[in-house]
Amino acid sequence: MSTSRRPTMIGNALAQVGAAGLFLFSILAAIPKSLRHFRETLRQIWFVGAMSLVIIMTCGLFVGMVLSLQLYYTLAKFGGTAALGTVVALSLFRELGPVVTALLFAGRAGTSMTAEIGLMRATDQLSAMEMMAVDPLAYVVAPRFLAGIVAMPLLACVFNALGILGAHLVGVSWLGLDNGTFWGNMTSNVDVWNDLVNGVWKSTAFGAVIALIATFEGYTTAPTSEGVAYATTRTVVASSIVVLALDFVMTAFLM
Amino acid sequence: MTQPRRSFQVGTGLFILLGFAALAYLATQTTSVANYTQGDYYTLNAKFSNIGQLKQRAPVKLAGVRIGSVQSIELDPQSLEALVKIGIDTRFTDIPDDSGAAIFTSGLLGDQYVGVQPGGSPLAFKDGDEFILTQSSMQLEDLIGKFLVSGDSPKKPANSDSPTTDDTDPSSK
Amino acid sequence: MNEANPILQPNAANAEVDAYVRIRGLRTVLNGKTIFDGINLDIPRGKITAIMGPSGTGKTTLLRHITGQLDADAGEIRVDGRNVPDLSRNQLFNLREKIGYLFQNSALLTDFSVFENVAFPLRQHLRLPEEILRNIVLTRLQAVGLRGAADLMPAELSGGMARRVALARAIIRDPDLIIYDEPFVGLDPIALNQVLKLIRTLNDTLGITSILVAHEFAAVRRAADHVYLIAGGKVAAQGHPDELAERDSPWTRQFFGGEADGPVPFQYPASDYATDLGFPAGAA
Repeated sequence: MSTSRRPTMIGNALAQVGAAGLFLFSILAAIPKSLRHFRETLRQIWFVGAMSLVIIMTCGLFVGMVLSLQLYYTLAKFGGTAALGTVVALSLFRELGPVVTALLFAGRAGTSMTAEIGLMRATDQLSAMEMMAVDPLAYVVAPRFLAGIVAMPLLACVFNALGILGAHLVGVSWLGLDNGTFWGNMTSNVDVWNDLVNGVWKSTAFGAVIALIATFEGYTTAPTSEGVAYATTRTVVASSIVVLALDFVMTAFLM
Repeated sequence: MTQPRRSFQVGTGLFILLGFAALAYLATQTTSVANYTQGDYYTLNAKFSNIGQLKQRAPVKLAGVRIGSVQSIELDPQSLEALVKIGIDTRFTDIPDDSGAAIFTSGLLGDQYVGVQPGGSPLAFKDGDEFILTQSSMQLEDLIGKFLVSGDSPKKPANSDSPTTDDTDPSSK
Repeated sequence: MNEANPILQPNAANAEVDAYVRIRGLRTVLNGKTIFDGINLDIPRGKITAIMGPSGTGKTTLLRHITGQLDADAGEIRVDGRNVPDLSRNQLFNLREKIGYLFQNSALLTDFSVFENVAFPLRQHLRLPEEILRNIVLTRLQAVGLRGAADLMPAELSGGMARRVALARAIIRDPDLIIYDEPFVGLDPIALNQVLKLIRTLNDTLGITSILVAHEFAAVRRAADHVYLIAGGKVAAQGHPDELAERDSPWTRQFFGGEADGPVPFQYPASDYATDLGFPAGAA
């Protein structure tokens, strides 16, 4: 039985990936039309971006603080605490900022996108739009997709900034590292294009992927309450896996 | 019905502004952009026989204070030395023209920078002038070599691979 | 077997009628189950046509075919002269701008107030000055008796009120055809009468062609000009509601008379009862 089930599971997964790919094309095709509903895009940026700020800022601060604490003691073993600012900034900009923000974004904004669209599906709101000659891809899906692409890199930047402040707080104010050393070492070793901007590109790609998965799961959900709950869970699981896998691929090719 | 929409737009605008402010803060305060010479500068040349790990945009310091940055590094085809163009902020106009330039390392593992040691001349450097006294980067291999050799002949010159030697001892700084 | 059949005229008199919707030889198979097996239907212009039938016969599926939300396997669906299966997505949207659709569960947009819900089709398709838009929306809300509820959110409405808001939204652009998908379900008698009266009024005053899908024969009898009874993938009976009620056929008797068993079996298809309970075959 298990031997007969496995091929269908792989087949299902492949079919899902294929369907999501086709969905991406229909979103892209709907984007020109969605620009007529530009206000809706702005509203979605507010919902997925501004509403995620609290969690992003809190987590950014704590990640920066713990990173600083851990690295300080590790670097102290090699007499290299002067490099603390550099190491914190590089690990935040290149990896932790984009990835942790993406995971938080999937949990905070991705799930709400899926649940919202899924409920609209379950309560016939999407069909009602179709019947009012309003394309739900252009009015509901594309604005959320665009909002994900816009909001994610901005959130990652906020996360990074708070992370640096957290690291400064622990490293300089608490552990007594010299302020000038902290900043000077960082500024001479962190490159704006290779480190900071590459991280921003990464987070943009993560934003697109999460928004795609979230809208796809919501749009194709079974129109029942269990269907929506299941789709929401799948958004988090699929987003996390895809973000981490894509992170590896992008790191290997971009950096 | 227009009022709630307006507030969404304002909030969204603020959020986007905050995101870009964070990006700008990171770019200007934490990366090498912070080391770019801001505003006007004048250029001085310095020739080194070996620049070690010195990079473009590395800081230039006098008494530990940043006064400019490395603009370019080229090879001088005639002397076969590294020609380093140094941009000094126009604020610092009174640097004596017999000052020396040396390549130092900040900390044990840190980056390299150009240190300027002031001389006593009453005349100041002008745009396009060249440092007469320069001292190259310390190479670990050379240091070890010198240490081994110095056991036999303590009178050996301190820096044999540089044609023009700075008279101050870098280690005293 | 249907492929061999020439297209049948449902009845000679109907063929002459100016039909807004004309369906010929419609065949649909969903998940291996035949929903429609060669259905012919005419929805006359300016009349209220009711479509009735047991649950699961695909009445909503039929509506989805008419509005192009679902493709049929075979057959012709002409709405206002245009064959729906041949239309591109844009043409379909153009067609739908002339159709009002009242969903079974109202399907109001939860993010918007009652006013914005009713205004939604106008805002999406027309650039109207805010003042004119407001007047149009308020007249429609007045027609369904909910002008005072304009600022409420859909979550604050009762089922009957939500249905009426949805109705106001469906008629906001003066459609040529309006489709009611089970408009009476879950309404108390007062709300039911209100909705029924609205449907009748809309048809009488504006001459809107209406398709009414419902189970409540008493209500249908008061509103509809013509009734199609669909069962087993075919048109089982049709005619004026009064005439249909008196006609003596097993279908009408079960459906309108409320008998439990008849052509529509009470039992879901199952294996032999005795065998299922563990008795030897034939022991019962």
